[in-house]
Amino acid sequence: METTTATTPTPDPHTDEHTHGGVHDPNLHHSPEEIKKEVRKYIVVFVALACLTGITVGIAYQHFDPPIAIAAALIVASVKAFLVAGYFMHLLSERKLIYAVLAITVFFFSMLLWAPWNHHYDYFGR
Amino acid sequence: MHIEIPYNSTARPDTGLYNAKLGIWLFLASEVMLFGALFSSLILLRTGVPHWPHGRDEGLNIPLATLNTLILIGSSVSVVLAWANLRLGNLKKGRIWLGVTLMCALGFMVIKAIEYTDKFKLGHFPKTNNFYAIYFTLTGLHGLHVLGGMIVFAYLIGPGAKMWDTERTRYTNRIEVVGLYWHFVDLVWIFLFPVLYLL
Repeated sequence: METTTATTPTPDPHTDEHTHGGVHDPNLHHSPEEIKKEVRKYIVVFVALACLTGITVGIAYQHFDPPIAIAAALIVASVKAFLVAGYFMHLLSERKLIYAVLAITVFFFSMLLWAPWNHHYDYFGR
Repeated sequence: MHIEIPYNSTARPDTGLYNAKLGIWLFLASEVMLFGALFSSLILLRTGVPHWPHGRDEGLNIPLATLNTLILIGSSVSVVLAWANLRLGNLKKGRIWLGVTLMCALGFMVIKAIEYTDKFKLGHFPKTNNFYAIYFTLTGLHGLHVLGGMIVFAYLIGPGAKMWDTERTRYTNRIEVVGLYWHFVDLVWIFLFPVLYLL
C-alpha cells in the first residue's frame, strides 16, 4: 500500500457538495497522508484480529470448565468486534446520529438476549 | 430533464451524514435484530437442556472454520483498502482490492459448501437435532448475506464502476456503504464461530 501513488482526487463535476448545502463528513475528507496513516492502522488491526482468532481457538482446546470457556470466548469475540466496529466501521469517529441509532439497537438486542434467560429462570422455578 | 438527488455525495446539514450512510446503518440495525432473534433462540435451546453438544463433538470442522474466519477478516481489510484507494483517486487499485474481497467471499462460500457436504454425507441435516437445526439456520442465513455481498461487489467492480467517470464521490460512498455491510457480516461470523464451533 505504501507504494500507492497518492493522487489528489479529481473534483467531481456531478457532486452536489456546493449546491445543496452539504457538510463535510469527517470520514470522507482526509488528506492523502491521513488516508495512508489509516491504511497502516487497518493492517495493524488485521494482525490483531488474526492473533485473537488464534487465541480463541487455543482457549477452546484448553478444556476449561464451560462457564470459563464461554466467558473467555465471548470476551475475545467482543474485543474482535470492538476492533472491527471501531476501526473498520469507523465507529470511534462517527456522527452522533449513528450512535443514537446504535444505542436503540443495543437496547432492543439486549432485550432479545435477556428474554431466553428469563425463561431459563422460570424453568428452574417450577 | 435531469433531477439531481440531493445528499448522495455529501452530508446533510441536519444529520451530518450522506443519505446512504444513514440508510445502511438503519438497515444494519434491523439486521442486528434479525440475527439477535436467532442468537436468542440458540440461548433458549442451549439453556433448556441439561446437555448441549460441543461443535467439535458433533463433527464440525474447526480448522476449516478457523480458515474461514481468517478469510473473512482478510476480506474486511481488503474492502477498507479499496475504499482508501478510491479516496486517494486510484480506481485501478480500488478495483483490485474489491476483487480480492470478492475472491475471499467466494473462498468462504466454497469452504462452507465443503463443510455442508461433509455434514450431509454423514446424515446430519437440520432435522437431525436442535444443534444442527440452529447451526444450519444461523450459518445458512449468514451464508446468504455473504452471497448478497458478493453480488453487490461484482456489480461495483464491473458495470457499477462506470459511475467513477461521472460521480466519483458517489461511487466512493457506495464502496463505503457496502463495506459497512460487509464488516457487519464479518462481525456476525466473529460471534458465530466460537458459539457454534468452539463452545
